[in-house]
Amino acid sequence: MKILLKSFKYFSALFLAIFFAFPLVFMVISSLKPDFNLLQDTGSYRAFLPVGPISFDNYLGVFDRIPFFMFVINSLIVATVTTVLGLVVNSMMGFALARMRFKGKNYVFAVIISTLILPFEVMAIPLLYLMVNLPVLSFSGGLHITKGLFNNYQVQILPFIASAISIFLFMQYFKTLPKELDEAARVDGASWFMIYRKIAMPLAGPAIGTVSILTFLPMWNSYIWPVMTVQDERYRPIMVGLQYFYVNFGTAWGQIMAYLTLLTIPVVILFLSMQKFFVNSIATTGIKG
Amino acid sequence: MSKVLHKRNLSSIRSGESRTAWGLAIPALALIMSFIVLPVVVGLGLGFTNAQLLSPTAPEFTGLSNFRTLLGVATTTLNAEKNPDGTFVKDENNQIVYENLRDRTREGSKYPNLIGKSEVKRFSENKEEGTIKVLLAGDPSFWRSFTNTVFFALVVVPIQGGFALLLALLVNSRLKGRNFFRTIYFIPTVTSMVVISMLWRFIYQNDGLLNKSIANINSDYKPIDWLSNPKTAMYAIIFMSIWQAVGYHMIIWLGGLQTIPAELYEAVKMDGATAWHEFKYVTLPGLRHTFVFILITITIAALGLFVQVSILTNGGPLDATTTLVHQAFTKGYGRQQIGYGSAISFVFFGLVLAISLIQRALTQKLED
Repeated sequence: MKILLKSFKYFSALFLAIFFAFPLVFMVISSLKPDFNLLQDTGSYRAFLPVGPISFDNYLGVFDRIPFFMFVINSLIVATVTTVLGLVVNSMMGFALARMRFKGKNYVFAVIISTLILPFEVMAIPLLYLMVNLPVLSFSGGLHITKGLFNNYQVQILPFIASAISIFLFMQYFKTLPKELDEAARVDGASWFMIYRKIAMPLAGPAIGTVSILTFLPMWNSYIWPVMTVQDERYRPIMVGLQYFYVNFGTAWGQIMAYLTLLTIPVVILFLSMQKFFVNSIATTGIKG
Repeated sequence: MSKVLHKRNLSSIRSGESRTAWGLAIPALALIMSFIVLPVVVGLGLGFTNAQLLSPTAPEFTGLSNFRTLLGVATTTLNAEKNPDGTFVKDENNQIVYENLRDRTREGSKYPNLIGKSEVKRFSENKEEGTIKVLLAGDPSFWRSFTNTVFFALVVVPIQGGFALLLALLVNSRLKGRNFFRTIYFIPTVTSMVVISMLWRFIYQNDGLLNKSIANINSDYKPIDWLSNPKTAMYAIIFMSIWQAVGYHMIIWLGGLQTIPAELYEAVKMDGATAWHEFKYVTLPGLRHTFVFILITITIAALGLFVQVSILTNGGPLDATTTLVHQAFTKGYGRQQIGYGSAISFVFFGLVLAISLIQRALTQKLED
């Protein structure tokens, strides 16, 4: 009976592993096949095996069709800048809320908590309107005011720097640090900013890791917002590049699979190398929530 | 004297603390105010205007007009067309021909509540009297998106939540290689929804992975175009969405499972409890908080369904998969009707708010 249960468990675990992995395996394998073989192999086990004429031609085709490396650099710039700025402003706010007393703290806290559950989709349309009509200082050949913040990096970065979840995670983390730490530092004459900068932040490694992932990953994956705000190819991020394959759709599945693989590999590597942070981040938000 | 001095000292320290704290808080607060709070407030305002995305003219205040179009429904009764001899006119399929609905809905008709509305469906035909009722709405697509969104949430929330719990129990049990399995189950959730949707587009298409695999096993099988068939399109999206997101909630359940003290399990084991009793009296009560959190996060995510729809079906066929957010983007960005799109976003916001308030009330009940 026990053995039966145990083998049932292994069977289920294995079956589920196949269930969750098969599309991604199919993606990687198909990216190596010419379109004809790709379609012919669909429907048999061959779809999941690197059989037939295997090559990297699809990848070369991708680099031919789109400015791939420009898109990668754009995505890296947007995601990295957002993550770094987000770490700074959100940790400062989290520190103030966790460790300090100040007038109006309750109101600030209320604003942050009420935006915690707000999905981005609620403000996307009005935000688009604001961005298109925003007066912007521009410095090209002297200082002037132009209308509209779009087709650049800023429009992809600014709305996503501050985040209620990141603030919340930092706040929770700073609360766990012993109070004696900053009391001792106060006695030694350290300013609050010094305590934040020299004591709290160096101890906040796990929170920094978690918040970095929670910011970087959605930024790398972002699609809808750049589709709406970036028409200029020079600033286009990687996910939007997928639209270049819609043109003659159905004929270039091999290239599409190659592109999807290129989009996914860095994320999976990041995940595998930082799995602990991923899992901790989600598990802790779940318990605290 | 010394007391006064001390007090003054303390308050000056406090005010210094207050100033530094504000200094630390202001950058994030300013960004939240400009990019979250302001758009929500402006959006509420724009909902009452006819604002266009790229229009040289300033938006005009149009009162409740957007909401009236959005939410307006009406019914009307049409009479059969009669032949000179008093019998009903019939078409080639021997169906009764009714008055033209257009005469009632167009500008200047005698039915002011029907103007600008479109037919949703006809019902309760009376063949003896020669009458039929028509349900009209100002924006049938909006109602379709509303019911689709609610349907999606109603199906996804229990299935995804339950499936995730099963996965969590599986990888939490004594199982060799459970870290490996956990990693595999979780990988779809870190993969971009855009990538996932493109993959499943290939799986679902007419000569795609799914149809060809079934045909391989059963040679009589006629391929179904899963995403172009109004009957299957929504289920296809539901299936894929659960496949993608379930690993995330597995991890949340896992976090909850690991907070249950091991002594509790040992205690019931000593009492000779069966596995089922253990689950019912230790595991389930221990997961109460996690349950509420999962309920809230899945529901809000489900109500915001959009990216997969925009890539897999773009709301079609025949609005079968359109959702509230999809409508807000189609109208607000696609057709550049920012005012109308904002009104839809506002309805979406109201729905999210209502659900989270209901769930908060439920939570409080569970805590007592």
